[in-house]
Amino acid sequence: MEAVEAVFREERGRLLAALARRFGDLDLAEEVTSEAIEAALVHWPVEGVPPKPGAWLMTTARRRAVDRLRRDTAYAARLALLHAEAERAAPPAAPGEDSGEFPDERLQLFFTCAHPALAAEDRGALILRCLAGLSTPEVARAYLVPDATMSKRIVRAKRKIREARIPFRVPDAGELPERLPGVLQALYSIFTEGYAATAGPALQRYDVAEEAIRLARILRRLLPGEREVAGLLALMLLVHARRDARVGPGGELVLLADQERGRWDRAMIEEGLPLVREALTGGPPGPYGVQAAIAALHAEAADAAATDWPQIVALYDVLLALSPSPVAALGRAAALAMRDGPAAGLAALDELAGEPRLRDYHPYPMARADLLERLGRHAEAAEAYRAALALARTAPERDHLRHRLSRVEPAPGRGLEGT
Amino acid sequence: MKYMLLIQAATDPEAGPGCEVEDWMAYDKTVRDAGIFVTGHSLADLTTATRVQVNAKGERTIVDGPYAEAREVLGGYYVIDVPDLDAALDWAARCPGSRGGGSVVVRPVAEF
Repeated sequence: MEAVEAVFREERGRLLAALARRFGDLDLAEEVTSEAIEAALVHWPVEGVPPKPGAWLMTTARRRAVDRLRRDTAYAARLALLHAEAERAAPPAAPGEDSGEFPDERLQLFFTCAHPALAAEDRGALILRCLAGLSTPEVARAYLVPDATMSKRIVRAKRKIREARIPFRVPDAGELPERLPGVLQALYSIFTEGYAATAGPALQRYDVAEEAIRLARILRRLLPGEREVAGLLALMLLVHARRDARVGPGGELVLLADQERGRWDRAMIEEGLPLVREALTGGPPGPYGVQAAIAALHAEAADAAATDWPQIVALYDVLLALSPSPVAALGRAAALAMRDGPAAGLAALDELAGEPRLRDYHPYPMARADLLERLGRHAEAAEAYRAALALARTAPERDHLRHRLSRVEPAPGRGLEGT
Repeated sequence: MKYMLLIQAATDPEAGPGCEVEDWMAYDKTVRDAGIFVTGHSLADLTTATRVQVNAKGERTIVDGPYAEAREVLGGYYVIDVPDLDAALDWAARCPGSRGGGSVVVRPVAEF
């Protein structure tokens, strides 16, 4: 049964998008999409899969929607009004090329779910629910929050879409530069949520990261000419390619410099590299393209020593000029330490000491500790490792930090000669 | 669908282009010419405001004020009739009240 449902997951998003667009109501669209899929699960195993499964699902869902509207005339009247106005505002989308059954209107839904009028933390959740086809408990698990919390967030967001009437439409060419970053940001937030779990026993949750990659692939098919979409997909692929090498035999975190590069996923790297070139060609690069380029330089290097650090520092400078952020500045300082030595890196890190966004960000004291250790300043390194340990929430990161701390602090009962 | 645009004026406005009297007149004309205007007013200075409260016993309390402690005060409003939130947000962004440190809050009018 689960396998059959997985087959429907891509179909579910398409169906939901087309129905939301047709009826202008996400709740009704969700309800009848689920009903159509349930009907398929009952009928298809007995009667066989129809020649046009997508069209079958669409017809079934539309029939259910019409039934529902007949039963509830007040709802129908409100919806008819909504629909007439929506038609006035946005003409129907052109038919999709790849399906032949009904137009692919998922792009509208991406823009609705990532609308700037919705709370930033709800956009990724809504995309997982509506476009990835995850159930609300699955979305809750992706964000490590209780089901009831996630359910409330999704209900609130859908209510705003309905009552404030956030439209189901693709922004026109003039608006796209303003609106696309919101969609990319929502997808990247899903990816990072899965990649670096903020809390819990595991370091990363592949299923969540892979869901983000799957969504980015869909978005790329829908917007093939947008270079930042290529950049985002490339970034995800190149980072995710390192997933197996990032975890040691004991489940502990392994830093980039110490990773066994033979365990990187070559197929993902091969898919990512041409996308990086595409993201950087034909105009000034965007922030995702630049971050993907940094990831590509790591992917192409045999080891940390052979990495093109001057180029990486230069790319961080470009990134910081495009979108300044203390986290990117932290990345630049770490690269600078590789190019010019730990003292230079440490000086750059210490310049960021006052950044409020880094105050509770454990990679910051972790990076300082690493450079202090390399400079032989063990007492200060130990202090910084302890600061990182107080902030890190996942078990693998804590294990890694405890191990590093044990290397710089004198063992209890032993003198200083052991250090 | 009707949306109210609540014009939150900055209490210490930054001098800048786009929020002069002529800009307000031009915006008002554009809203009316577009056929979306339902109603709208600008409000007199906050120093003329009076607050009324009635308690459970039906007793009335009348207080001078409120005075601006917030960074922004309600300076006026429009109600417009447009197809969707994106259209309402576009009109809000064109409003001179969204410039010079002020902002415009867009609220759908409830339908019963």
